[in-house]
Amino acid sequence: MTRKQKRLAVIGGGIAFLVAAVLLVMFAFSQSIAYFYVPTDLAKANVEPGTRIRLGGLVEAGTVKRGEGSTVTFTVTDTLATVPVTYTGILPDLFREGQGVVAEGAFGSNGLFVADTVLAKHDETYMPKDVADRLQAQGVELSGKETIK
Amino acid sequence: MIIELGHYALVLALATVIVQFVLPLVGTIRGDRALMAVAPAAALAGFMLVLFSFSVLTFAYVVSDFSVVNVVENSHSLKPMIYKISGVWGNHEGSMMLWLLILVFFSALVATFGVNLPERLRANVLAVQGLISVAFALFILLTSNPFLPLSPAPAEGRDLHPPLLYLGYVGFSVCFSFAIAALIDGRIDAAWARWVRPWALAAWAFLTAGIAMGSYWAYYELGWGGWWFWDPVENASFIPWLAGTALLHSAIVMEKREALKIWTVLLAILTFSMSLLGTFLVRSGVLTSVHAFATDPTRGVFILGILVFFIGGALSLFAFRAATLKAGGLFAPISREGALVLNNLILTTAAATVLTGTLYPLVLEALTGEKISVGPPFFNLTFGLLMLPLLLAVPFGPLLAWKRGDVLAAGQRLFAAVGVGLVMAAVVVYLHGGGPLLAYFGIAIGFYMIAGAITDLWLRAGIGKVAGNVAFRRFVGLPGSAFGTALAHIGIGVTVIGIIAVTAFETEHVVEMKPGMQVEAGGYTLTFDGMRRGQGPNYSEESGHFTVARGGVIVDDVWSSKRLYSARRMPTTEAGIRTFGLSQLYVSLGDPMAGGGIVVRVWWKPMILCIWIGALIMMAGGAVSLFDRRLRVGAPQKLRRAKPVLEAAE
Repeated sequence: MTRKQKRLAVIGGGIAFLVAAVLLVMFAFSQSIAYFYVPTDLAKANVEPGTRIRLGGLVEAGTVKRGEGSTVTFTVTDTLATVPVTYTGILPDLFREGQGVVAEGAFGSNGLFVADTVLAKHDETYMPKDVADRLQAQGVELSGKETIK
Repeated sequence: MIIELGHYALVLALATVIVQFVLPLVGTIRGDRALMAVAPAAALAGFMLVLFSFSVLTFAYVVSDFSVVNVVENSHSLKPMIYKISGVWGNHEGSMMLWLLILVFFSALVATFGVNLPERLRANVLAVQGLISVAFALFILLTSNPFLPLSPAPAEGRDLHPPLLYLGYVGFSVCFSFAIAALIDGRIDAAWARWVRPWALAAWAFLTAGIAMGSYWAYYELGWGGWWFWDPVENASFIPWLAGTALLHSAIVMEKREALKIWTVLLAILTFSMSLLGTFLVRSGVLTSVHAFATDPTRGVFILGILVFFIGGALSLFAFRAATLKAGGLFAPISREGALVLNNLILTTAAATVLTGTLYPLVLEALTGEKISVGPPFFNLTFGLLMLPLLLAVPFGPLLAWKRGDVLAAGQRLFAAVGVGLVMAAVVVYLHGGGPLLAYFGIAIGFYMIAGAITDLWLRAGIGKVAGNVAFRRFVGLPGSAFGTALAHIGIGVTVIGIIAVTAFETEHVVEMKPGMQVEAGGYTLTFDGMRRGQGPNYSEESGHFTVARGGVIVDDVWSSKRLYSARRMPTTEAGIRTFGLSQLYVSLGDPMAGGGIVVRVWWKPMILCIWIGALIMMAGGAVSLFDRRLRVGAPQKLRRAKPVLEAAE
């Protein structure tokens, strides 16, 4: 190979690597991005069973029930619609009825939402930002303490 | 009174750094040596003033001076001393003060240790440092003044790793200033790289330490058993680390071979730009809520302004002046230089990938209002696949010759290292069995990297080729940078082993337990003995007691608690952690159940300590390189100059 050909090969290799990286990023995005919904959205949107989503809202008071072992069921509400959720594991320290949560998981074929991660914000005075934004957008009154600012 | 003095010192510091920026720059333009000589003095004075100001703030925290609103909001008179002090930077204003302090600290270091830099270069470097200091001093005084009453700022986790992180990413400001100085002068050579490398090394070592400590803190403190979450705040420190690692390697090529000049300058700019971007992400509030950022934009917009000014300005200057920097030595694709280029290509691509994943949700929300999350699966897939070829290539690098290397010969020399990797993987299969095949591959790579790094030292010392005592003398005489390289690469291997082992072989049990019940983890049997209520100085807690047995013999016991802090009414988990060799048992408590039981989560974390031990070894590598005699800037001149002084003293 001449020097010119060599240089072309090296540059070509570099570009091929970058293209592969871009394709990889796009593929990974398509696989792992989870869209955020509140219960009202879910009534409208048609989310396929098995698609990973993040479900946000308030834990409806009086709906937290403990089942077998460490399985917990509760209902997430945005005051207009509700979605029942089951979760197996330890709930975060700040999980409480009436508080904001984000549940990450997917609908099973039976229509029940199975969460594998439940997040409550680190500090009790904060609410997960997605939840606060959306609830406010829907006109739900939040006492100043619960919202982030 | 003392508070006003601190405030006043900060204002004076602003004036000083303005002088540090303006006069030396005018000096280099006019060729006025007296003006250029102002730079080091101004840098030292600026450092003293900020240090005084920061000490006053710390003092206010220590004595709980509640006349300062910042102290009222972020401190508590009952807090233990260590938390009072770390509380200084646990809030927005204080952490920006720390940022500024470290920035002027590095300026002062350049002023002190740069005595033998060329006059113009030193003046320009300190002028650019001065300009960055001006921006941050203004930011603090105008939007984030810790000495004034301010609207409440959200408090954050108080811990000890921010100073290390800041030492890391503010340290890269020196490399940035060197790059800008080189562009202003339009001249750059191997000596430039030799001056920049120690700063890059020191910043890199601190950043490594900060990231590792942050990771261990999250693991220890949060009670979730995780050690890395690909959280935007973590990514904000990891992106500069990746770019900084690339910078370290390209500076080697520039120093040794005068090649990759323009690229190294660009990397120096990009690395500090990523540090600024990280500061913007963490400090502007854009992560907490894009919405909050839009409604109360003073701080965010100010930092964004700093960001745009420095990154945009630096890149424009780069575009304008880069052509004046002459390209250096040529090399074949298969060579030490080529290997380092591959390292740079992969590391910068990986940094760009992490950056994309971190910013994409923010950009999408800002543009369309749509909310998405980019979770760990994205980063694991992209980052993991990108790193794989790099990890495989690392041991080759030091074995290839400069200019033109022989990849087959290097491969032959690495036979032993590959063998070690395969044997160790086989040992793990024998001891552990099961698990995904890919995990054994990963373990093999980790050991191959360790053995590969040792191979390099082995060959350089000529062990087995020359007489034992000669080899020993050669080994001891190897330059510090050779040991530094080997240690850093060994460290990565150790970290890889830890990551793979924990990811593939950890076990997790979530069970409802009543006193007397048992759970198995990692060959140990945990027996739950019962709960106890306790009262700490500022919290109440409920703790569960567990006895740990192996083969029927009791070997240890562990408490795991949930605490409720009275001041903030914030429940926290205090996980029970027991170390066995390099592995750990990790026990955290969940909610009490109706029947008197409690939900318990028990993890077995095999080899998890390797993750952080690897980071320690990498830092040690950085430190050893840093003290390499050949890298010490102009050490001989210093000696020559010191002598007459001594004689005079006699």
